[in-house]
Amino acid sequence: MAKKRGAPPEVNAGSMADIAFLLLIFFLVTTTIGVDQGINRKLPPMQEQPDPPNINERNILTVLVNMNNQLLVEEQLMDIKDLRQAAIDFLENNGKNICSYCEGSKDPLSSDSPLDAVISLSNDSETTYATYIAVQNELVAAYNILRNRESLKKYGVTFSELEYIYSDPASKGEYSDVELDKIGEKVKYIQELFPQRLSEAEPKRN
Amino acid sequence: MSKFNKKKSGDMPAISTASLPDIVFMLLFFFMVATTMKDSDLMIENKLPKADQTSKLFKKEYVMYIYAGKPSERYQSTYGSNARIQLNDRLSNASEIQSFVTSERAARNSDAEPYLTASLKIDKDVKMGLVTDIKQELRKAEQLKVNYTTTQGSVTTK
Repeated sequence: MAKKRGAPPEVNAGSMADIAFLLLIFFLVTTTIGVDQGINRKLPPMQEQPDPPNINERNILTVLVNMNNQLLVEEQLMDIKDLRQAAIDFLENNGKNICSYCEGSKDPLSSDSPLDAVISLSNDSETTYATYIAVQNELVAAYNILRNRESLKKYGVTFSELEYIYSDPASKGEYSDVELDKIGEKVKYIQELFPQRLSEAEPKRN
Repeated sequence: MSKFNKKKSGDMPAISTASLPDIVFMLLFFFMVATTMKDSDLMIENKLPKADQTSKLFKKEYVMYIYAGKPSERYQSTYGSNARIQLNDRLSNASEIQSFVTSERAARNSDAEPYLTASLKIDKDVKMGLVTDIKQELRKAEQLKVNYTTTQGSVTTK
């Protein structure tokens, strides 16, 4: 009697390792599949645009990509890796000296202020998509760098983070309306410091 | 000393199969999850370009996918080798994008509509002519939110 009531039988933990491995594999697989990310852009609406306002030549940075995927910035051949810095220099050039937060070189031949600066992008129909994305990426990067810098200075958080929270529909559950409104205000404020005026030429058919 | 002898002479302990069902269940879950992840069979080559200024896409219910690329090898005899658009499970023409957008919108709650994003999964060797066509059709359908879906990486290093 006493012997039978002794310690309970040991649980065999031999296959515990298998279970753990399965779990590991499970998470490995599911997390790599779900990653979907990209460059968010907004297309211009289709309706007829009013005649474009007269923009001074110095306020436009023209970026051309030809059928051989070569880059022409302000009539000069440029390597893709120099485009980001060129765009930053152009955007915060501050030629009129009215922008207190800019750190540009105040070149009178370049843009007046970030509020006036427009980047105009046009590409050939034979340009490859990879090049187009590379150019988009570099131009968006220029805006992001400037916006993040101002956002970090003012709010201590990067602009990208604020914008993601603000535009993600899932944030409605995590933040209260008041908090979201506040984040929205911050996003708008930073956007107004460096408005993204990245225009793409209407496609030409030949 | 006698203790050791006794153990050796005993029967083999029975292997517990109590956790076998757990393993099977996990396999089941694994396949359940893995098969729902991939919802459309790609008939085209789809190597996405690289970019590093990316942001994550929102939940799947807010995203519609438009693929483009060269038909993959086993479809080239029927569809040729020119780059094509794929919507859902079919190769389509650019003119079908508008009706595709409408049906995608109809399939979702009305409160999801303002967040609806078109994810453009376009092969990196596609020419911009086709991409421009897609963009024009999206503009006509008033689907202005787009995401150029890419893989993570630097654009300058090839």
